[in-house]
Amino acid sequence: MSYIYLVPIHLHRSVNLEELTRCVENTFGVRTKTRSFKIDLPGTYDPIRKQYNSSLILRQLIAYPPVDACKILGITAVDLFIPILTYVFGEAQLDGIGAVVSLHRLQNQFYGLPENHTLMKDRLIKEAVHELGHTFGLLHCTNPGCALNASTYVENIDQKSHELCIDCREAIGLR
Amino acid sequence: MKPSDMGILIVDDEASVRDALRKWFMLDGYRVDTAEDASRALQMLQDDSWDIVLLDIKMPGMDGLELQRRIKQIDKDIITIIITAFASVDTSIQAMKEGAFDYIIKPVDPDDMSHLIRNAVQQRRLLTENLKLRQQLEEVSVPDEIVGESPAIKQVMARVATVAQTDSTVMIRGESGTGKELIALAIHSHSNRRYFPMITINCGAYTEGLLESELFGHEKGAFTGAMYRRRGKLEMADKGTIFLDEIGNIGKKMQMDLLRVIESRQFTRLGGDKEVSVDFRIVSATNRDLEMAVKDGSFREDLYYRLNVFSINLPPLRERKSDISLIARFFMKKYSRSMNKNVTDISPETLDMLMKYNWPGNIRELRNVIERAMVSVQGSRIETGDLSFPFQPSLAPSGDEDLETVEKNHIKHILARSGGKVAQAAAILGISRLTLYNKIEKYKLKK
Repeated sequence: MSYIYLVPIHLHRSVNLEELTRCVENTFGVRTKTRSFKIDLPGTYDPIRKQYNSSLILRQLIAYPPVDACKILGITAVDLFIPILTYVFGEAQLDGIGAVVSLHRLQNQFYGLPENHTLMKDRLIKEAVHELGHTFGLLHCTNPGCALNASTYVENIDQKSHELCIDCREAIGLR
Repeated sequence: MKPSDMGILIVDDEASVRDALRKWFMLDGYRVDTAEDASRALQMLQDDSWDIVLLDIKMPGMDGLELQRRIKQIDKDIITIIITAFASVDTSIQAMKEGAFDYIIKPVDPDDMSHLIRNAVQQRRLLTENLKLRQQLEEVSVPDEIVGESPAIKQVMARVATVAQTDSTVMIRGESGTGKELIALAIHSHSNRRYFPMITINCGAYTEGLLESELFGHEKGAFTGAMYRRRGKLEMADKGTIFLDEIGNIGKKMQMDLLRVIESRQFTRLGGDKEVSVDFRIVSATNRDLEMAVKDGSFREDLYYRLNVFSINLPPLRERKSDISLIARFFMKKYSRSMNKNVTDISPETLDMLMKYNWPGNIRELRNVIERAMVSVQGSRIETGDLSFPFQPSLAPSGDEDLETVEKNHIKHILARSGGKVAQAAAILGISRLTLYNKIEKYKLKK
């Protein structure tokens, strides 16, 4: 039996992954395991940009995958970037094993708004399903309600659901 | 068009930028590849087709600006987007002036990047679609009815090709039915005015007053019955071509008016006082001997020289008989399609008959003969019996055939016309049935 590994990366204890676990299992029909991996987060830090390179984190996440891991999702609170873009909410290997999501820009405080824990959790679930969907080979979906719809700013995320549309589900063999 | 039909090439000497962009675009389903320098990019542009190229302005060796110039030489419609650091914005602006679609300053906001690529994809799709539509338009607008392999028609087509791209005034000379309007259409279709209309007016078909109104249009109330303002043919031909057919048949006043319009490209509508400016090319046609008309004073000399800048003479069909078979087959195929008949051939005897006819009505007459034959043909081949000529065919046009050959051909023709009925054929020929049987036997003809 293989599992989706949920890997908190230097995540504060207050972040509860229970709801995320349930949702990922329901969406993809695969059981999850929550485990800590040894990740050198400071090594991925770019002092000029004051951000963390998501590709380097991803590389560490998938370096030694457990034998029963079909997918690995890293969850971090640091601000992520890829070289050409100012930031990313997450990164995934298309049709691969690994993905990473960041809570940093999913929190209302980042935008100067009052903290909203429920909204942040909701956004995290959507982004986790989105990035994991890519690891299952799904491309961005044009259906605005689908979790695989591309989101380039946080309001985009709020407009979509945490579920896959029927086309995306069929594409990866889910009923 | 699916995203996978759109090819994006990323050219950057930084592997991390190449890799990040490649992954980013792949998630949208685009076909993506990368090149580490300009020479590799040029190689890839030769090996495959790419719609959008993102290129770094600063690269070792050939820089992005030079690479863009080379790309535009390969295909000016390829969308180029410049990747730049803040320090080289000036160069990026130069790149924009040289045809770049846009530029991005590293690092770029994901939303801006997303919009930029969406717009670039949209632009490329429009360009491709536009190109495709133009090609389709070209295919339908270029007349394919000019058929022939004879030196005479080849020479005509060479002259059409010579003059089409220029804006010169053309006069087409030729007998009635030789296809003067088709030649005018060919000139228009191969000219830079082809996306605008070609307006035809048969000058011989109108009285002088009516022709004036047709050409120049009229204002409301210009004459009894002019209830609305109406644009004339000259206005309709703006940016296109006006084809003045039977130009030799216009009266003195119209000759003068036309001369003024040709010189100034301006006129007033009937009953109006406002000058209307138009931009058109004139192609005219006549079967009249205009030089003679100039000599006897019935056609203005100055107008003659204005219209006859470049002249194309269409040979009559009797002077390009080697084309008859091709033209006849062309019309056979055309009417097979339109009449939904499966006629695929013309018998050698029929072709022989077509070749021997003098064709006073030229191609128009040949077309009508084939059309009539197509109506009556029963099988898959046009036979002599299917032909009917408006004028009695001249079976000995060369005049050097002996009496026996003429007799044989004539009997053959009458037999075909009467559907092989000997009694009927004998009655037409004014001989007895027995005599006709003897002749059939003598000339080994089929009944």
